[in-house]
Amino acid sequence: MQRFSNLSIMQKRTLWAWGFLAVPILFFVIIRFYPTFNAFVLSFQEWNLLGARTWAGFENYVTLVNDPVFWKVFANTFIYLLLGTPISLVLSFLVAYQLDKIRFAHGLLRALYFLPFMTSAVAMAWVWRWFYQGVPIGLFNNILASVGIGQVAFLNSTTIALPAVLAPAIWAGLGFQIIIFMAGLRAIPRSYYEAAKIDGVSTWTVLTEITLPLLKPTIVFIVVFSSIGFLRIFDHVFNMTTNDPGGPLNSTKPLVLMIYETAFSSFNMGYAAAQTVVLFLILLVVSLLQLRLLRDK
Amino acid sequence: MTTLDGDIVEIRASSATLLEGARAKQRRSTAQLIRWILLFVGGVLMVMPIAYMISTSLKWPFEVYNVRLIPEEPHLENYAYVLEDGRFYGWFINSLVIATITTISSLFFDSLIGYTLCKFRFRGRYIVFIAILSTLMIPTEMLVIPWYLMSQSFGWLDTYWGIMFPGLMTAFGVFLMKQFFETVPDDFLEAARIDGLNEFQIWWTVAMPMVKPALAALAIFVFLGNWTAFLWPLIVTTSTELYTLPVGLSSFGDEADVQWELIMTGAAISTIPTLIVFLIFQRFIIRGVVMAGLKG
Repeated sequence: MQRFSNLSIMQKRTLWAWGFLAVPILFFVIIRFYPTFNAFVLSFQEWNLLGARTWAGFENYVTLVNDPVFWKVFANTFIYLLLGTPISLVLSFLVAYQLDKIRFAHGLLRALYFLPFMTSAVAMAWVWRWFYQGVPIGLFNNILASVGIGQVAFLNSTTIALPAVLAPAIWAGLGFQIIIFMAGLRAIPRSYYEAAKIDGVSTWTVLTEITLPLLKPTIVFIVVFSSIGFLRIFDHVFNMTTNDPGGPLNSTKPLVLMIYETAFSSFNMGYAAAQTVVLFLILLVVSLLQLRLLRDK
Repeated sequence: MTTLDGDIVEIRASSATLLEGARAKQRRSTAQLIRWILLFVGGVLMVMPIAYMISTSLKWPFEVYNVRLIPEEPHLENYAYVLEDGRFYGWFINSLVIATITTISSLFFDSLIGYTLCKFRFRGRYIVFIAILSTLMIPTEMLVIPWYLMSQSFGWLDTYWGIMFPGLMTAFGVFLMKQFFETVPDDFLEAARIDGLNEFQIWWTVAMPMVKPALAALAIFVFLGNWTAFLWPLIVTTSTELYTLPVGLSSFGDEADVQWELIMTGAAISTIPTLIVFLIFQRFIIRGVVMAGLKG
């Protein structure tokens, strides 16, 4: 204690700082950095949890490249991204753009759109799963039947199952994107619009020449945020296809589900780790593209 | 300069408005009405899945497959049945305890780290910040396998601690809080220092109250995230008693011959608490989303 009071003010403050950071640094090293390192190491090893951990070199990656299921899963993951991101971007912008012009009961409308964001993905996956059942159980098919349209085998079809699983994921995320878009719209100075009005510019031109260019940072943020979300889709797929995870015939299986099964059903830890490294690389590329786009501004 | 420009624009704008005819106004209000109706219909469609979930949880088995939204004779038997079973009650408590503890821990540590990195000047500060921030690039899915192996060797599998430990601090929260502590003036902290408070007291009693809105926003995100978390709790728990609500609901729904109205009841039990929180703190939560979204 005596020695502490002999320190200069700056030295004392530095000591305090490291004191505050001691537990957090320990946490981040043990719970974040070491596991990351371990995942990379494991991806070059072979291990089924029971036997010995043996070095396998690039074998896991070679297996992965030659695994037809992986390429199917890889394609699915990108279909989730390529369908989900544009659809949710356009829908949320349309709603935000119109909602921004409404004053009457604005809060109520906003709450209606935002409410799904507060739900649990697992709970809603089960609700939508029920919607998708055939007659006489599922809501959608019951509605279709009542207007005399034939049945749609939503979750049992190899072509429709993926969009059917994706729909609740898009639905749940819309509210968040709408709120972010509205904040972006509010941040555009009114004077721009007023100047355009005086010049007699059409609404369409205002949208494409003023609103959208000024919204670019918001759009980039939403695109990246939702892309990462769709690339990591798991909860919805797992819960809507529990009888045959990722089915029918792997037609809905995303990368995270493949990782889960490889690690915790087949206990092929090294192979699963190699798949997580691939997921990491995909996400890294998407994030770097974001930085690139932001800098172009 | 800018103000002058702004004034001129405003004057010109108001005269332009005056010149507009009554017909244009009429046309605009019709457009507004159509816009409002379309948005309202869209909004109602958005909440339909939630409405059907709740309505079905109040239905008798014979009318579950009826498309009608309003139950003929609403009743709470499904809730009584599901809760009497005991499992959902336990899962609810598990989720509540786990989400609460991780939220408190994240708020404490994230703001402490954010504060330290924001208000202290010392060698290595920048490296620590970049290191913590860089963990945002690592997806959870990459860490679950090492976490599982770690939990296995330390005996953390199938324990509360095992479910919670990955979420005790978040890099996102550190970043968010650091941003918000920038708004706290150094003079306040200096004054407290002269008053003889130690650094911990300064953080806790002077700086923390000044970032309450940010803390609230972070609390909502962390709580919601842990309440709905699925992948890691699914991996780390094996005994039914330790399931969280999402994991429990998933296994419950997957049981053979479970009735849909009971699944909907379980789904409602895991969704209604967050919906109530939203309805109470609506303005606040939306502000929090904007803050976190724009700063994060």
